[in-house]
Amino acid sequence: MSTVQDHWQKPPFIENKLLRYGLYIVVFGYLSVTLVTLPVNWQRVAEGMERASRIFGGAFPPSFERSGLLIDGFLESMKIAILASVGGILLSVPLAFMAAKNISAKPIYLLGRGLIIIARSFHPVIVAIIFVKAVGFGPLAGVLTLIVYSIGFVAKLLAEKIEEIDFGQVEAMKSAGAPFLSTIAYAVFPQVMPRLVGLSIYQLDSNLRASAVVGIVGAGGIGATLANAFGRYDYDFALAITMVIVGVILISEAFSGVIRKRIS
Amino acid sequence: MLEITHLIKSYGDAAPVLKDLRLKVEGEQVVSVIGSSGAGKSTLLRCINRLVEPTSGSIVLNGTEFTTLGKRELRTARRRIGMVFQSFNLVDRLTVMENVQSGRLGYISTWAALTRNYPKDDIRRAFELMERVGIAQYANKRTDELSGGERQRVGVVRALMQRPEILLADEPTASLDPKTSEQIMGLLRDLASELNLPVIINIHNVGEAKEYSDRIVGMRYGKIIFDDLPAALGTEEMDAIYSGTPADERPSMGAAA
Repeated sequence: MSTVQDHWQKPPFIENKLLRYGLYIVVFGYLSVTLVTLPVNWQRVAEGMERASRIFGGAFPPSFERSGLLIDGFLESMKIAILASVGGILLSVPLAFMAAKNISAKPIYLLGRGLIIIARSFHPVIVAIIFVKAVGFGPLAGVLTLIVYSIGFVAKLLAEKIEEIDFGQVEAMKSAGAPFLSTIAYAVFPQVMPRLVGLSIYQLDSNLRASAVVGIVGAGGIGATLANAFGRYDYDFALAITMVIVGVILISEAFSGVIRKRIS
Repeated sequence: MLEITHLIKSYGDAAPVLKDLRLKVEGEQVVSVIGSSGAGKSTLLRCINRLVEPTSGSIVLNGTEFTTLGKRELRTARRRIGMVFQSFNLVDRLTVMENVQSGRLGYISTWAALTRNYPKDDIRRAFELMERVGIAQYANKRTDELSGGERQRVGVVRALMQRPEILLADEPTASLDPKTSEQIMGLLRDLASELNLPVIINIHNVGEAKEYSDRIVGMRYGKIIFDDLPAALGTEEMDAIYSGTPADERPSMGAAA
């Protein structure tokens, strides 16, 4: 009687033993070296702890005395976020179609992809610094920054969704002799519409958050108010602003979550 | 009348999928094309409206040579060929009416299409045809709410909206249950005679092919090896159409080439 094997092990992810253990050793070795050589000035850290406790001490209790400023800052952030979302999405849609391999000819595809890659390659704060230099302090720089940011996200993900569509519907329109734009409008757009709405809502939410960050480098909105508060050692006001930012973002995230769930 | 001569389709250097085909369809004939998977039935159908580009040969529909048409001419010429698909290829998120009207996209402006401003004639024709196939009550429903048979009826009406000179059906019943499948086949046959429209159907179900068509074309690895009345299709012919594997064909191809 032959005995049936009762032992089985999942094959290792990397078959070659030398390669597998070599990789472990290299990763572990690099991490250790990095940790050892990272310049950390412990004395400065200790001082900083003291300073941090002073900041937090000064921040309590949060001060809502100048709530007028806070509200103005927030309204500006909202305006920046909404304008940037609308502008970004309007630009993202054609760009996404350009950057979809199954829709566009090769040169247009490469151009579309290239533009998206450029929009994605810099963090909004860096883009904001550039725009602040270019158009001056204030909300316009913020709007432009977040338009670029929105394009990088919405156009990229929308293009990917367009590439995943059921092409049979496009074939059906083609075989009826439909012109290009009608085909896009009937066979492609309905398939990506829910995704576009979801992305747009997410992006609005995300822009609101990012507008606070880019404000710190001078692109207007609540971020600017926050940066000013820090600059003037008004830690109690800064805490109040931070709390409101967290609150608003919680609300907007819950709200966008509900809407996205509804449409999908 | 559709006349195909010397049609060859090959992908790259591989053996051709269609090998010098010759086929003539006229009148209100329902022609069923049978053959095992990979015999080239679907490629043949798609070559006719150039969803697949033929490598060489000639395809003439009522005097128009299709294989040499430029991009723009091809687009307008495609309006003359209706096509019905196995997976329906309806736009799920649009209403039945929008799907039906999408058969007219080749005729109306993009603006009219975007604004859903369809000509009155087209709307009337849509309701007539939907009434004829029994889906008029669903005009405002989204197509993904419909059953398979109903969805294929939408597909048929969409193709007929083009006022085509010929109807191509690529396995129109393969995604349907047997009963619905027969209803769709019956519908195609009846519409062919009512509208005086030739219909070419790719089909796997030989029983249905024999019952609902006027003529059967049997394909085997890129060649037409049977072309006759349904009654002439016996066991022997069936064996010839369905036996063998593509690999068996290759040595002979090599010799021929």
